[in-house]
Amino acid sequence: MEENNSKYQVFVVNSVRYLTLTTTKFDKRKKWQKADPKEIRSIIPGSVIEIFVSPGQELKEGEVLLTLDAMKMYTKVEMPFDGVIKSINVIKGDRIPKDTVMITIE
Amino acid sequence: MSFKRTILDLRKRKKEAQQGGGEKAIEKQVAMGKKTARERIKAILDENSFHEYDLFVEHTGRDFDMEKKVLHGDGVIIGTGTMYNQPVAIYAQDFTVAGGSLGLMHARKITKIMDHALKMRVPLIGINDSGGARIQEGVNSLAGYGEIFYRNTNASGVIPQISVILGPCAGGAVYSPALTDFVFVVENISKMFITGPGVIKTVLGEEISMEELGGAMVHSEITGNAHFFAKSEDECFEQIKKLITFIPWNNEQKALKFPIQEPLLKKNIDEIVPVDPHNPYDVRDIIKAVTDGSDFFEIMENFARNIVIGFGRIQGNTIGFVANQPMYLAGVLDCDSSDKAARFIRYCDAFNIPIVTLEDMPGYLPGVDQEHAGVIRHGAKLLYAYSEATVPKVTVIIRKAYGGGYIAMNSRHLGADFVFAWPTAEIAVMGPEGAANIVFKKEIDEAENPAEMRKQKIQEYKDKFANPFVAASKGYIDEVIEPSETRARLIHSLEISASKVDPRPERKHGIPPF
Repeated sequence: MEENNSKYQVFVVNSVRYLTLTTTKFDKRKKWQKADPKEIRSIIPGSVIEIFVSPGQELKEGEVLLTLDAMKMYTKVEMPFDGVIKSINVIKGDRIPKDTVMITIE
Repeated sequence: MSFKRTILDLRKRKKEAQQGGGEKAIEKQVAMGKKTARERIKAILDENSFHEYDLFVEHTGRDFDMEKKVLHGDGVIIGTGTMYNQPVAIYAQDFTVAGGSLGLMHARKITKIMDHALKMRVPLIGINDSGGARIQEGVNSLAGYGEIFYRNTNASGVIPQISVILGPCAGGAVYSPALTDFVFVVENISKMFITGPGVIKTVLGEEISMEELGGAMVHSEITGNAHFFAKSEDECFEQIKKLITFIPWNNEQKALKFPIQEPLLKKNIDEIVPVDPHNPYDVRDIIKAVTDGSDFFEIMENFARNIVIGFGRIQGNTIGFVANQPMYLAGVLDCDSSDKAARFIRYCDAFNIPIVTLEDMPGYLPGVDQEHAGVIRHGAKLLYAYSEATVPKVTVIIRKAYGGGYIAMNSRHLGADFVFAWPTAEIAVMGPEGAANIVFKKEIDEAENPAEMRKQKIQEYKDKFANPFVAASKGYIDEVIEPSETRARLIHSLEISASKVDPRPERKHGIPPF
């Protein structure tokens, strides 16, 4: 019985502790993290076809950073606010998955 | 007592009850940037049209000293009134009375006005501003919620149900809005969640603020629980007043017909779409180029932006528009966009609103996250909704219509009544690049210069299939039209479909992939 119990985990719901099993999906869940606005991430998988900026460059909100070829569409990625390019983590021709940090700004 | 004195006594009682939680509580409400429940009802309805019922209802709590407390109206105002001189039923939770908490009589008042709304076949507007269940009333408050949900479900698809979240709406309370047709939220005021930040932190160790967890923007952008986002209560009320002009009062009526207006075109419709299919544009410009007065009322503007849904009018009649949006995520179909469009299609079908679909879509979004999120069952909702709908259904293919997405976007095969295509349309099993790689794999692999051969074969495939004429030759498309003819074709096809009859097999109900 003791051994049998060991596979159960403690789970708290509405201030009450329960012993229970968890699901694979629950175990694999990603912890929520606040998005960092200074990281420009890809919102869709694609290829980088053009980069228009370089590190250290000062830019205004709305200026185009790069073009991503994703799902047969050229998507322009723009500066979300005024700032300076800190680093560029992709090069022209890179095929990148979704959620890749392409550029960081400061 | 003289007659006059009874009247004076009545007036006194009314005045007292109408104070809700009293001056202090009202001050607090105002300090939070919120209007009172009564002000909200007034702002939504026609002037002086509101009639209140159950003002003197008292709560029935008998435990934890509740019997000593007076809660005016038990924390909710119910009544009827008019919008544009048409009758509507409305309730508003009053946060100044015991935090708008829901006890048995509070719920009984809401269910009473819901029953009225359903019987009289008039829209129901519910304003939510409540701390949740009244713990002191125990299981009675749970019973109250359940009885509301049951009525929300029964009224679904019969009368329009509108939920306005103007304060907290937490725990079980969230499910009434979730069962209704349209949910309105306001920045910094609306908060919706099942479990609050505190509990989440204790149980899972995740730290998050209330606004980040269940604020107005989160629900309009990320969860898709809200349909309309406003920056102020006044803006929210204007949105409600606009929405109501587009929808019929019940499922046996049609939406009000408005005077016909020509679109106010800023440029020619064929100048909106770039010829190069790789370049994006805003599909809402095409919708505005075909609707009366270029008026388009978008729904769920911030959620799954890769598909656009909303109402416009053609020849004065309300039309539901569903359009792929190349400007966002290249206009792909994915879990969220399928879900968003499917529910809207079912709304239009339930309320006799014809559907116009504008298609420019490269297919389903590839990715592990999509597959594991269940894009198969979510995508199936879209197929189900289009196939099930018996209202007039017209499709215009603007550019790309590839693969499974071509079928899903109201194709002839799912029962479209009319399918038009612009000459720029590309209807094929997949994009030329991908198709050439498969069809001509051997030729490309064996060529002296595979890159050159690949390019050549892509062009060959493009010339042959990246056009509307193959599909037109099979009758899958009724007509290839010039872009400038779009509005005229829509007008004609919708007129022809006005008395459409499209019977379905007898059944209790289908089993859509919820």
